[in-house]
Amino acid sequence: MDRQHEYVLSTVKERGIRFIRLWFTDVQGFLKSFAITPAELPIALEEGLSFDGSAIDGFSRTHEADMLARPDPATFQVLPWKNDETGVARMFCDIVTPEGEPFAGDPRYVLRRTLERAADLGYSFYVAPEIEYFYFRDATSPPEALDRGGYFDLTPLDVAQEYRRSTIMLLEQLGIPVAFSHHEVSPSQHELDLRHTNALAMADNIITTRLAVKEVALEHGIYATFMPKPLEQFDGSGMHLHLSLFQDDQNAFHDANGLHGLSKVGQGFIAGLLTHASEITAITNQWVNSYKRLVGGFDAPVFETWARNDQSALVRVPATKKGKIDSTRIEYRSPDPATNPYLALSVILAAGLAGVANNYELPPETGSDVLKMSREQRKEAGIRHLPHTLRDAIKAMESSELVRGALGDHVFEWFLKNKRREWAQYEQHVSQYELEEYLPVL
Amino acid sequence: MYIAVYPESPSQSLTGAVLTSGYQPVPVTDVADAARKEPSAGWQAAIVELGDLPDLAITVAGKLAEELAIPVLVVVDRTMTLGLLDAGGFTDFILTPLDPAELQVRLHQMGPMEEAGPDEPMLRYQDLELNTATYQATIAGSPKDLTYMEYELLRFLMENPSRVWSREQILSKVWGYDYFGGSRTVDVHVRRLRAKLGEERSSWITTVRSVGYRFG
Repeated sequence: MDRQHEYVLSTVKERGIRFIRLWFTDVQGFLKSFAITPAELPIALEEGLSFDGSAIDGFSRTHEADMLARPDPATFQVLPWKNDETGVARMFCDIVTPEGEPFAGDPRYVLRRTLERAADLGYSFYVAPEIEYFYFRDATSPPEALDRGGYFDLTPLDVAQEYRRSTIMLLEQLGIPVAFSHHEVSPSQHELDLRHTNALAMADNIITTRLAVKEVALEHGIYATFMPKPLEQFDGSGMHLHLSLFQDDQNAFHDANGLHGLSKVGQGFIAGLLTHASEITAITNQWVNSYKRLVGGFDAPVFETWARNDQSALVRVPATKKGKIDSTRIEYRSPDPATNPYLALSVILAAGLAGVANNYELPPETGSDVLKMSREQRKEAGIRHLPHTLRDAIKAMESSELVRGALGDHVFEWFLKNKRREWAQYEQHVSQYELEEYLPVL
Repeated sequence: MYIAVYPESPSQSLTGAVLTSGYQPVPVTDVADAARKEPSAGWQAAIVELGDLPDLAITVAGKLAEELAIPVLVVVDRTMTLGLLDAGGFTDFILTPLDPAELQVRLHQMGPMEEAGPDEPMLRYQDLELNTATYQATIAGSPKDLTYMEYELLRFLMENPSRVWSREQILSKVWGYDYFGGSRTVDVHVRRLRAKLGEERSSWITTVRSVGYRFG
């Protein structure tokens, strides 16, 4: 028997595990889970367990409903949730067809496939996210913040630091090291910076982190949300992604003699992101609400620019300490934490690699002066605005061969269909704004 | 269970038969390479195909058996059987065309040459215990939940304490020869392991600047 299988089975026995949760996500990144008992585990590991795929958003059509969830033994982890009954473990699953082929609608497979393309070029892709979120009293609207704290505020305003601390301890028990955490700029807003790891493990980690944050909040009788922009007057929640490529243990973004320490590969990757930014935004910012965050006046990128030290740029090149070659990286700042991380990392990698492979030229660095430029000046400088709405983003994605290639036809088509429907619903909605502004005067 | 296979590009029928028998074939270029790639659990056996350079292959077979103390199976064409008469060192031989079932039985019969003595299944360091029979780790008696690779890394470090290992060595010993992702993987897992060991004990794994890691 495979040693990894043996490890899982032995741990289940030794630790008295009574349920194993099999995890996967639907196309929009919602975590799906079903529990099995230890008796079903050997067959699940060997063959996978069948379930009705037509019940999952973006999965199979009814005539091909049967799917198999095949747990990835490398992700076996006993869950440390407190308010749960003890003896529960989880494994992430790959979804396969009854014939044993990877299922095209499985987001984890989508990312695996793009990572394999990168591997064929000799690259492995590393990611470290800064995940922002809010604590509220509960999930009702309007949301009620727990405090009026600001950036880096400490006690007594930061009443939520206890929750944040419990979350970090929980994440460490789950093998997800946290580099840094602090109160963010907005009231009740918090940030967890995860230490970098390879992209597939990181996508799993982001899913796990979202759940852990929500679990801890639940334990304390409050609510945590990754909604991109819950409070109109304050900064929304982003998920800045620090990205790097490694080739044979060398940081492929680093070149001591290159522009700001960036190699040709690093520069091409940035150029690729800038060139394809509009096309991939529907994936990295997938909700109507995502675009309420990407507006001027708040700490969020609006224009498709890059800079070294500028909070308004879409791509930032963080300063690296002298001699710390391995930490050479770039930061992609538009994604929000409500994205499907498997799909987001897949299109981001595809965009960056397109820039590397086709030697896209890096445009000049543009700092916050972009905000002072007139529309004409920006046009002249070739600086584009990120999509203004989900509708704009969908339009930019529709004609993108790059995104189609990175997602595969199945996910590409389903995603567009689903998001067109979401936009159509939103378009009909009469908002509070309209009632307040127009009803009294019209 | 890993089997060193020589020469480096073995025939497909051999690779296929080894896989069918439930073993993992690992091609090696010579004895030194086999020593370098030896998995932490040790080689189950080595298989040497005589191929185009039978004399060289026979020498390698003898060295593998002698220097690594593992059973060596020689794959020989029917016309060359008598050539084995004067050669020494190998444990058994098998004729081509290969019969996967026969290969499986022979590999099984050969077994590891030295019965790996009754290994102490419990590895200990201060209040950390690792039971290699049940794969369980405990700190001060309370269980620690590790993933498989975290467990394998910790086991390797505990089995080889007080010694500095380079990232590349750890990668090849713990992850195996064909792992894609480079030694960055080691850093990532060391960090995860430290996180799980907790703040006080995280210093048990020391980073040795520009070399690698040391446990204990």
